[in-house]
Amino acid sequence: MAAVVVLVLVAMLAHWLVATKGLRWDVVGDYLFNSAILTGVRRTIVLTIIAMLIGIALGIVLAVMRLSPNPIVSGASWLYIWFFRSTPVLVQILFWYNLPAVMKSLSLGVPFGPSWFHTDPKTAITQFTAAILGLGLNEAAYMAEIARAGILSVDEGQTEAAQALGMTRLQTMQRIVLPQAMRVIIPPTGNETISMLKTTSLVFAIGYMELLTTVQVIYGRTFQTIPLLLTASIWYVAMTSVLYVGQYYLERYFARGSAR
Amino acid sequence: MTTQPPMVEAIAVHKRFGQVEVLKGINLTVGRGEVMCIIGPSGSGKSTFLRCINHLEKVDAGQLYVDGDLVGYRRQGDKLYELREGEVARKRAEIGMVFQRFNLFPHMTVMANIIEAPMRVQGVSRATAASRADQLLERVGLTGRESAYPRQLSGGQQQRVAIARALAMEPKLMLFDEPTSALDPELVGEVLDVMRDLAASGMTMVVVTHEIGFAREVGDALVFMDDGVIVESGPPRDVLSNPQHQRTKSFLSKVL
Repeated sequence: MAAVVVLVLVAMLAHWLVATKGLRWDVVGDYLFNSAILTGVRRTIVLTIIAMLIGIALGIVLAVMRLSPNPIVSGASWLYIWFFRSTPVLVQILFWYNLPAVMKSLSLGVPFGPSWFHTDPKTAITQFTAAILGLGLNEAAYMAEIARAGILSVDEGQTEAAQALGMTRLQTMQRIVLPQAMRVIIPPTGNETISMLKTTSLVFAIGYMELLTTVQVIYGRTFQTIPLLLTASIWYVAMTSVLYVGQYYLERYFARGSAR
Repeated sequence: MTTQPPMVEAIAVHKRFGQVEVLKGINLTVGRGEVMCIIGPSGSGKSTFLRCINHLEKVDAGQLYVDGDLVGYRRQGDKLYELREGEVARKRAEIGMVFQRFNLFPHMTVMANIIEAPMRVQGVSRATAASRADQLLERVGLTGRESAYPRQLSGGQQQRVAIARALAMEPKLMLFDEPTSALDPELVGEVLDVMRDLAASGMTMVVVTHEIGFAREVGDALVFMDDGVIVESGPPRDVLSNPQHQRTKSFLSKVL
């Protein structure tokens, strides 16, 4: 019975997709491999990859810090996670993009002391870097919680065995705990990556020309809004599907040596 | 000629977890090359004491020496300074430990389990570590299983790999924390055989165990612990066949 209902609904949807003239599949076909669209797709991919790499790397560092016996180290990590999780990512992207307006210079060095690295924030913060900072630093806060859960899932006997062999805390983490934690960390990281792929579209707010912004610019000119949104959707679906496959192989790799 | 210090010397060692005092003043000496077996009911503090020896647990009061060095601390004048993490790790590298639940690294093959610490901690080359591992695997009777993962082995085989892993660091002292308690009865023998060989080779061993037969046969000294204190100690045959204390008698009557 349920299957019949589902089949009827699917048939209705298919009919609607084919029969609705306003969807203009011919326009979708024209734009699907348009060079501007393809550039947008490439930028969406680059943005997703870099933001996730920053998120994963910083997230793992934050998770290890969070579990440190030193209260200053774990406190700093807690503060970071709390701050970045409690503000919307769109606000963070806008914040980074508009930061140069209030900062005359950007430098790296000893507080109130000498600085080694110096740059003008107006040239350093582009639409691209603001997008990366906003997405990557926010993602790190979420990845930190995922990595922490993964680390805590590893049997304490593993840490003890490594310590008894004379390994330091860092060696134990790197060689023994994190590789085992990966089994728990990978599946939600796949979800985060899929979610990130779509969250990158938020950077339309600062005008970075990734997939969605490109599509918006085109339909702003041609008024073919729905066909172009369909074009973007097809690309998002295609990219997400690739990620599904990648996640399957990663999970298989990190499950080695375990029965499940 | 200077006399060498005993391998392990405990003087009034105390340990508490929150409100519970687990060790209430342990005095004990393990000589070089000696096999010391510790028996007692669960919760008597015997495992905790073993874990104090390689500083997996911190001693709250009293002194514990391994090979003449204070465990976890450095004496400078009258003051004691807690060792830094790296120094504690270096000391631990000289003491092998075998756990009740083996604690092999499941994501690594048998070979990788054995060569990991020699390579990372001692800086031994892969080739040297691997050839040493081959010898150890032969010694524990597991030649040919170097590329297996731990879950593909029986409990007895896993525990023998764990012993080989500890021996790969060429320790001067071996600690065994109920090494056969998690094994099926028919697999206990193969692990005890390896331990017997190790004892015969002159290794100093502290063994927390429920295997009374092993303690009688292999042990040079036997300690019976109950409720955080050493109730009785001496040569295994004396303690086992002629216990002086009521608590020892009632414990032995239950396990023998």
